[in-house]
Amino acid sequence: MNDSFLLDGEEIPFTPGQTVMQAAASAGKYIPHLCWHPDFAAHGSCKLCTVKIGGRFATACTVRASAGQEVENRTEELDAKRRTLLQLLFVEGNHFCPSCEKSGDCALQATAYEMGMLTPHFDHFYPDRPVDASHPDVLLEFNRCIMCELCVRASREVDGKDVFALAGRGTKSHLIVNSETGRLADTDFASTDRAAEVCPVGVILKKRVGFAVPIGARTYDLNPISAVGTKREPQAAPLANDAHEKEAG
Amino acid sequence: MATPELERILARHRRDPLQLLQILIEAQAHAGWLPPATLSAIAEALGVPRARVESTASFYSFLHTRPAGEFRILFSDNITDRMLGNQALMKALCDKLWLEPGKVSEDGLVSVDTTSCTGMCDQGPAVLANGRTITRVTPERIDEIAHLIRRRVPVGDWPPERFHVEDNIRRRDVLLDHGLAPGAALAAALDRGATSILGEIERSALRGCGGAGFGSDIKWRSCRDAWGDAHYVICNADEGEPGTFKDRVLLASYFDMVVDGMCIAGMAIGANKGFIYLRGEYRYLLDRLETRLAQRREQGLLGRNILGRGFSFDIEIHLGAGAYICGEESALIESLEGKPGKPRIRPPFPVTNGYRGQPTTVNNVETLALAALIAVHGGEWFRAIGTPASTGTKLLSVSGDVERPGIYEFPFGVTVAEVLEAAGARDTQAVTSAGAAGHCLAADDFGRRIAFEDVATGGSIMVFDHSRDMFEVARNFLHFFAHESCGFCTPCRVGTAVNARLIDKLAADRGSPYDLDEMAKMHRLMQGASHCGLGNTATIALHDMLAKFRPAFERRLHSPEYEPAFDLDAALTQARRMTGRDDAGAHLGDNREALAEERSRPHGGTAAATVAPSPVTPAPTKDLQP
Repeated sequence: MNDSFLLDGEEIPFTPGQTVMQAAASAGKYIPHLCWHPDFAAHGSCKLCTVKIGGRFATACTVRASAGQEVENRTEELDAKRRTLLQLLFVEGNHFCPSCEKSGDCALQATAYEMGMLTPHFDHFYPDRPVDASHPDVLLEFNRCIMCELCVRASREVDGKDVFALAGRGTKSHLIVNSETGRLADTDFASTDRAAEVCPVGVILKKRVGFAVPIGARTYDLNPISAVGTKREPQAAPLANDAHEKEAG
Repeated sequence: MATPELERILARHRRDPLQLLQILIEAQAHAGWLPPATLSAIAEALGVPRARVESTASFYSFLHTRPAGEFRILFSDNITDRMLGNQALMKALCDKLWLEPGKVSEDGLVSVDTTSCTGMCDQGPAVLANGRTITRVTPERIDEIAHLIRRRVPVGDWPPERFHVEDNIRRRDVLLDHGLAPGAALAAALDRGATSILGEIERSALRGCGGAGFGSDIKWRSCRDAWGDAHYVICNADEGEPGTFKDRVLLASYFDMVVDGMCIAGMAIGANKGFIYLRGEYRYLLDRLETRLAQRREQGLLGRNILGRGFSFDIEIHLGAGAYICGEESALIESLEGKPGKPRIRPPFPVTNGYRGQPTTVNNVETLALAALIAVHGGEWFRAIGTPASTGTKLLSVSGDVERPGIYEFPFGVTVAEVLEAAGARDTQAVTSAGAAGHCLAADDFGRRIAFEDVATGGSIMVFDHSRDMFEVARNFLHFFAHESCGFCTPCRVGTAVNARLIDKLAADRGSPYDLDEMAKMHRLMQGASHCGLGNTATIALHDMLAKFRPAFERRLHSPEYEPAFDLDAALTQARRMTGRDDAGAHLGDNREALAEERSRPHGGTAAATVAPSPVTPAPTKDLQP
């Protein structure tokens, strides 16, 4: 038998052991998030899913659902905090949507639209994060990393490779790959890895297919992220060879 | 391939990946840094991904993945060190060695930089020379240090009296005057038995001395009741809160009480193994502590079959490597397991899922020493001291503008004014009651009491007289948190950096009331949205100072209107340098006229400062530059 809790006054059923996020996602309800993904253990770092339960802040992706809980989600207070968190992420990295090939498929951009974020507000940090184009099939554009560790988790848990890790501390935190040279080409990474698909922003990019789907026809161009929900993972981009064939045909 | 030296280190640590941090610390001792090939060799030997080794190596301030110099000089940069003139001393050393802070000399000989509070606030300004503590640094000492470095005298051969650290105990009460022989408390506990000890701890109402004040009996009981293959006791000796140094004194001069307390905790929760997580800044204590543990094993006070009573418990000391966050108990456990010290998601809590996922109790050094005292005298005796909600005594580390900085043991309930009086404070403007992470008190608050129900503290009491600029205190704290945020969660990682930038903007004469509101906004976001205590407490002192010492901030406001941080004229600095021009035509807009005037100011305005940068750039901003 299912128990239930209230999400913004709406009854949400849950099975014991589910988190608030899992129960909400199962019920098709959107709680903003970036580092959470239904296929992986909760990380709890982006804090976008911060909700209020009984007057206290908690991350929906880590807190267990319990019967009769009253969860505030899309209130102005919480969405304002989320806007600020998004702005912090935007100024921490180098996120220039108009020139980004992930535009329209990017969860950061889509969540910012959803929250009504109009400007980055804070002064940009302009970090210096060189790209890694060493791998034949995949480009790493570290400028857009939001430290969600989804690629770290996917490579470790699904691919069994540990290709990625976060290094450094504080604002010096940065994504590294598993090789002495620091180059992706010198790891056992493959473009067929789950880790190649899971980046919510534009760090891990398959080469030669960046604009296979034109801007304007992409996931979040068509529907807001709150409607796309957890099925948001962009359609697996065709492999490089397929793309060439398509173009040729 | 591992070198023979690295092989020895790996063998000593049983090639156990959980020992990774200890292995890295020892491997670095050899070359002064960790070259990429060393990280690869360690990864291969431990059978873990290289990226994981690099992840740990790059997290800790005292580990270097780039050459850091044969001599590595770190100036403790707590506000108390600043008040004692550490910045001028650092500049003097840099000038003598022809260095810029944070950079290695071209011959690879030396680097000079700052580090977070090293716990020597009662005898500052302090320096770490290749990890070894030097206190009471003076201009004469700086000359000597520069001389020793230029002559390449190894730090181990420097005059031994330079490394003397004082206890400075100013007031003793029941703990510091315990009068017990080593092992006496442990013997008393063994007489009582585990159940009775838990009962006495409950009756004593002992609360954690790290600052949070969690009931020790509840922690121990939940840990004991938790199912696991093994239980662990961890002594949290990662005393990183700026302004606190009481644990250093307990370890240096009351170590047997601490070890007795750990054994008693082990007996109470059913553990046979304990760890002391010793902050890297206290590395100089390690050999002494190891020696004492070995003696206790010989005396039957540690190890197998303690005092012939059938109870076995042993202790291993792990070193930290410069990371304030590791004082947070779940981050400490991560670090103990050889990983970057990032706090875990809680629940589950360490009492059920701690070290190696097993039930673990993490207690402050002082809490463990007090537990030993309670084992001897009983809970009722302890409860009679202090206040009903805060029983017993508290060790206070008092520093700053006082005549007698040092350790004061007072019963809980003592007023702030009484502490100030005892320490010889005069003309006091402000007191930070719990380091950088706690409340800041003004004169109106000095009648309040040190107790969990009033002024809660882990023991760091820093005193500021009226000659001090509270803006500089706030600025020092904000840079401290930006440097020490682990980087895991968005609000703390970026929020601490934004605050540091905002206060630097004010310091650079570009501030407006808008910037003060922005800092208040960061306070509201970080409180509640942060992952752990660091982010949740990082703006408490700032918030108090903005309210209680507003004029110190308002003095810094350049204009009542919004001022952008971006300085168009300063952005042309590089172009001016490249063209060798610095005439009026090479400057923009208002700055043309302002230039002459600004240059005549004592510290120079922004434009002048960027045109002619001083050879030593201010160190605190270094980590925030992209």
